[in-house]
Amino acid sequence: MASIESHDYDVLIIGAGGAGLRAAVEATARGCKTAIITKSLLGKAHTVMAEGGMAAAMGNVWEQDNWKVHFRDTMRGGKMLNNWRMAQIHAQEAPDRVLELESWGALFDRTPDGRILQRDFGGHRYARLAHVGDRTGLEMIRILQQKSVAEDIDVFSECTINQLLVNDSEVNGAVGYWRETGDLIQFRAKSVIMATGGLGRIWSVTSNSWEGTGDGHSLSMNAGAEMIDMEFVQFHPTGMVAPTSVKGILVTEGVRGDGGTLRNSLGERFMFNYIPAMFASETADTEEEADRWYTDKENARRTPDLLPRDEVARAINSEVKAGRGSPSGGVYLDIASRRDTDYIKRRLPSMYHQFMELAGVDITKESMEVGPTAHYVMGGVRVDPESAATSISGLYAAGEVAAGLHGSNRLGGNSLSDLLVFGKRAGEFAAERALQMEHSALDKEQVDEAVSRIAKPFDSVGTENPYTVQSDLRELMQNKVGIIRNRSDLESAIGEIAKLKDREKNVTVSGTHSYNPGWHTALDLQHLLSMSEAITKAALEREESRGGHTRDDFPTPSDEFGKLNIVATLSDSDEVNIKREPLSEMPEELAELFKD
Amino acid sequence: MPSANMTVWRGDDDGQYENYEVEYQDGMVVLDVIHQLQATQAGDLAVRWNCKAGKCGSCSAEINGQPRLQCMTRMTEFQDGEEIKVAPLKAFPLIKDLVTDVTYNYEKAKTIPFVDLMKPDENDVRRMAQIDIERVQEFHKCIECYICQDVCHVIRDHPENQDNFAGPRFFVQLASVAMHPLDQNAKADTVSHGFGLEYCNITKCCTDVCPEGIKITDNAIIPLKERRADELYDPLRALGRFINNLKK
Repeated sequence: MASIESHDYDVLIIGAGGAGLRAAVEATARGCKTAIITKSLLGKAHTVMAEGGMAAAMGNVWEQDNWKVHFRDTMRGGKMLNNWRMAQIHAQEAPDRVLELESWGALFDRTPDGRILQRDFGGHRYARLAHVGDRTGLEMIRILQQKSVAEDIDVFSECTINQLLVNDSEVNGAVGYWRETGDLIQFRAKSVIMATGGLGRIWSVTSNSWEGTGDGHSLSMNAGAEMIDMEFVQFHPTGMVAPTSVKGILVTEGVRGDGGTLRNSLGERFMFNYIPAMFASETADTEEEADRWYTDKENARRTPDLLPRDEVARAINSEVKAGRGSPSGGVYLDIASRRDTDYIKRRLPSMYHQFMELAGVDITKESMEVGPTAHYVMGGVRVDPESAATSISGLYAAGEVAAGLHGSNRLGGNSLSDLLVFGKRAGEFAAERALQMEHSALDKEQVDEAVSRIAKPFDSVGTENPYTVQSDLRELMQNKVGIIRNRSDLESAIGEIAKLKDREKNVTVSGTHSYNPGWHTALDLQHLLSMSEAITKAALEREESRGGHTRDDFPTPSDEFGKLNIVATLSDSDEVNIKREPLSEMPEELAELFKD
Repeated sequence: MPSANMTVWRGDDDGQYENYEVEYQDGMVVLDVIHQLQATQAGDLAVRWNCKAGKCGSCSAEINGQPRLQCMTRMTEFQDGEEIKVAPLKAFPLIKDLVTDVTYNYEKAKTIPFVDLMKPDENDVRRMAQIDIERVQEFHKCIECYICQDVCHVIRDHPENQDNFAGPRFFVQLASVAMHPLDQNAKADTVSHGFGLEYCNITKCCTDVCPEGIKITDNAIIPLKERRADELYDPLRALGRFINNLKK
């Protein structure tokens, strides 16, 4: 075998979205030699797709807001399954992270007195999202990208990591390949931070790009890390549904935050029929009150259009099933009849552009057709709330790949703040570890194993097309492990996934090693398959409905399951094992916040 | 299903155009058809893409000679059976198929100064009026698709200018630093170092192709040129500098 390009770093960061970049800036500031690895070009990560904003209780618009209210909203949105300490840290530190981004050049929209403006979003009691029109994620990624360039951080672009290396139960490196040439590359690292984002590509209708194949989830689980909450997947209620080719592309919750409302084919604002008991006391029950709430938060309760995302997605699903959907199988999202043209274009410029260009719909004149789209996974690598350390030494995780903060359902706007709050912490603690130790030797056997796995699709004697296997898996997961689940579908899915795993062994690719997407797709399959298995098994284990996990054979939340996490690990024979573990107990002073 | 008549560049500099007939569905964009082609006939066809919604700027290509985003080019723009020719961006070295080496842009990015803001007030607040930030927000809309760099004849026709010319995308970034309401130092650098602004003869090719509709020439390049002229060639300032030098 030819020699492999090798690099040594104190801190190696896999993923260049908001969490990865923020971690890199932090580790560098603490004196670590740091590298960022990204499957795409720098600045293209999925963070750019975040639209609505970044939740932080700054109190600029409603001075009654503070971290305790944000903490409470986050926990209730997650149906109390969140790691309370992560939710607390997140609510306390998010405002500082917003101001820090501003100090690096971010230009958030302003209040009349020149401070950062905050917008309403689902599940947030007060207008809380710092935003830049409806392209907040682009602002975040660009500013962090420019900061990383200014700090001269090494970036390995279009480079894919295929295996983490473990020595003596400690992660100490990684092996991958350059997408452009197919040449192999290995890293020795004192700390590795996983910041790879999500796994929306598991479903056929998704807002996620090709990159969301769960690499970081799968690499971490393979290396021995514990995963939690994998059954909780957020189907964002409003994705585009027509034309077919754009199905799944995100429509920001900001449309509803800025006054848009959902209607069925009869023109009814159906969300008033879906207010759950948990939110009844704080949700408007008449259209008049709901509309008044936008300007009068003291005397009116929130519109049910802005219930947490799991509630809205399920409601849309029910309306369509009951035959009250739109022609393309969604419902209507109407802002045209509720806000004037100038306001819509100023507040939602990229939504205006997106519908005009891709669907020929003028959202200032007509309703949008929308429906649920696989958007975000609440589950992921279990981390320590303070340090973002995983259950294996040397491995940290931040952002979507990490689990705990959002419980069973994430509130809109809590993702961008999650990236910065825990990206920074991961960078800090990974650096602290790296500065106290020496590099250890890489295990050659593991490197060889990774190298032969990477080459395998070219050597295969099989005939399976990687694109076909991927699309069959996505179809299966869409149909059987989607928004509404039940035992028989889940059991049948587990059998189907096993068959797809066999087909994956026979995947073959044509062409050369140079920039070959067929080959790359073949290598991503292992991640998609193992995460599909983890999600399906966890979903089978949780016999209740809660947040982003709905079972029509167990349609209500259960007290028993409300007190535990489902933990997934990989067995020696590469099977996903499932166990139940109790949640950590919230201290009394925080528990007080929920007693009303 | 209708079928598209696709002609796509295959291979590196020694490659050639290949013609494919690809079935597609109503409502598809060119990128969807390229993906369909990948999944059914050409598994190794190289193409960059991420968001498929015009927000990440990855899938730039030259479609029937026009540099555009593949994800924002709808199939309904073409007549039935019309040949759709998809080529890589011409201004950058070709890697393979539709993927080019855009390192030039990332190298230029390293030369642009980072903002250096004034301190916040005693309450840790930086006050800025919406109206003052709006012109910079326009520049921040840039998705780095590099289509403006691709059409700029200063480098498209004269690659030898690359060393001395940052290109429209980075004039936009320079302008965003220079016009940040609270920047205190970086703005001076942007004016004193030329970045090749003088090569631009404001033909507005970049503005014409910007998928974000940024008025690159009018709002970024011309004001920067004016500031530079002001700073370096204003006779009164020149006199001031002369007197200052005498004092030293």
